[in-house]
Amino acid sequence: MTDHLMTGLAVLTVALVLLPLIAIFAYVIYRGIGSINWAFLTQTPKPVGETGGGMANAIAGSVVILGIASLLGVPLGIGAGIYLAEYGRNRYGDTVRFVSDVLNGVPSIVIGVVAFGLVVVRQGHFSALAGGVALAIMMIPTIARTTEQMLLLVPQQIREAAYGLGVSRWRTTLSITLRTATSGVITGVMLAFARVAGETAPLLFTTLGNTFWNWKIDQPTAALSLQIYTYALSPFDDWHRQAWAGSLVLIVLIVGAVTAVRIAVRRGTLAGA
Amino acid sequence: MSHQALPRPSFNAPDPERVSKAKLRVETKPVPLLQGKVSEVPDTIFATAMRLCGFAVVGLLGLIVYELVRGSQLSWHAFGWKFFAQSDWNPVEESFGALPFIYGTIVSSLLALIIAVPLSVGVAVFITEMCPVRLKGILSFLTELLAAIPSVIYGLWAIFILVPLLRAYVQPVLGQTLSWTGLFTGPPYGVGMLAAGVILAIMIIPIISSITREVMTVVPQHQREAALALGATRWEMIRIGVLRNARAGIVGAVILGLGRALGETMAVTMVIGNRPEIAKSLFAPGYTMASVLANEFSEATGNIYTSALIEIGLALFFVTIVVNALARFMVWSVTRGQPAKTIA
Repeated sequence: MTDHLMTGLAVLTVALVLLPLIAIFAYVIYRGIGSINWAFLTQTPKPVGETGGGMANAIAGSVVILGIASLLGVPLGIGAGIYLAEYGRNRYGDTVRFVSDVLNGVPSIVIGVVAFGLVVVRQGHFSALAGGVALAIMMIPTIARTTEQMLLLVPQQIREAAYGLGVSRWRTTLSITLRTATSGVITGVMLAFARVAGETAPLLFTTLGNTFWNWKIDQPTAALSLQIYTYALSPFDDWHRQAWAGSLVLIVLIVGAVTAVRIAVRRGTLAGA
Repeated sequence: MSHQALPRPSFNAPDPERVSKAKLRVETKPVPLLQGKVSEVPDTIFATAMRLCGFAVVGLLGLIVYELVRGSQLSWHAFGWKFFAQSDWNPVEESFGALPFIYGTIVSSLLALIIAVPLSVGVAVFITEMCPVRLKGILSFLTELLAAIPSVIYGLWAIFILVPLLRAYVQPVLGQTLSWTGLFTGPPYGVGMLAAGVILAIMIIPIISSITREVMTVVPQHQREAALALGATRWEMIRIGVLRNARAGIVGAVILGLGRALGETMAVTMVIGNRPEIAKSLFAPGYTMASVLANEFSEATGNIYTSALIEIGLALFFVTIVVNALARFMVWSVTRGQPAKTIA
């Protein structure tokens, strides 16, 4: 009796959890597809109150900011992961491991405050670079920890075989160990990327947003997530429509980037072989 | 003559052991198998570079602490500990107290936990113990998909779907039946503490349920078999054999969820109402530490205003670090020795 009751309850919780998930996806797709059009993808925002216009500059801005973040964060994260797996099986390594777990839990808004102090205050103005730095700080711990785990999955014998052939340690690490773990490492990088791609809080006072085109990395830049936030809180119906369209683009961007890399890895074009 | 039968050490012939060692030494004389010089220099350079990357992570944390402490000096000297006990937030008169934000952060997070914990544990139990194998992958993929949705999209959805729903259906019912508790009184705006708690709950379910699942998977199979052998029903087996053994890890998962909820910014800012007041009713608008940073930081005029906001950031930073460290420790106490999966 209790047994059936509890099974029923468990099924009910699953239904209750899946309900908002389906509702959110369905709504973003439904409202997003209804609102997206060519102007949205090719134009910059119209002045307040006018309908029309789009988020082309914000889409480009997001790509630029994420590019800066990846350029800074990915090499450092993978390096830290290599350190943890190959050189860090000791007390120092444990410290780095603990610290990166701690960094992973720091609220994104606090990272934004720090990037403001580090870059914006020193530079004297808001910039895409500051936003990139903030997002890079958020990417590093995730990349470091997944890289470490993936490298540790590579059997010790493979390393020993390479050493036995007289290959030096750094060549072994780069061309044998890291090469074998490539697909796992890339998955980790994509995880980190997906995590920061939709971040808004650390961009609020680092890149600030911009209603015009901007390609200079030391100037305020528009970002998709920031634009969605501003438009969602605005009183205009047309801006609400664009916020939904922006959400759809953002989700497609994230899911698209992740699946593209997954497929590339599975096909073997990027996998080490 | 009997002496001849004894083995006589010969001083001319070399000791057989020494011979083999010497030969061995000759045979293993380093022969470069690869072309080119074998040098230790590139190895040292590479190791140093990787070490630097590793220690940069520690440096990063140091930098964060340094920036936050430096930025909050002004406010710290002006208000001291009183900053965290005072509920007056008045940028015009430069009087700052963080109490309403601390209150809002704690209440919204606790509310989220009250809603999310039973749901996430239920989902984890279903996926690990009850679910047919075919559904398992799909369900865990779907719950993890919830974690991939950006915070700002949760906020957007909450503004246009969740808040109207709460205002029209949930709040009137709660107001009629539970107003005697004092928690559900006042006009049903929709936006406010309740909306923030619900959206936070939706957002932290994936992390709590995925770690609970991980902890439940490492409970040894023979615990389950033992319970079943003693005649336990499936639920009794789950309760006695699994949940009891995974207790500490589940608490850890819940605390990790709490850490997420405390620092969550965008979705909360969009629905909590943003009013720095302490109200008992959950229908009333509130404010959280993260939201006040999101709303006021870029517009803060005056050094002391900025400094007060950075001090709120510092407090938030320390609280989440303590909460996360505690959670990691508890999860580790269960999964120790097992290859821990990624906790992203």
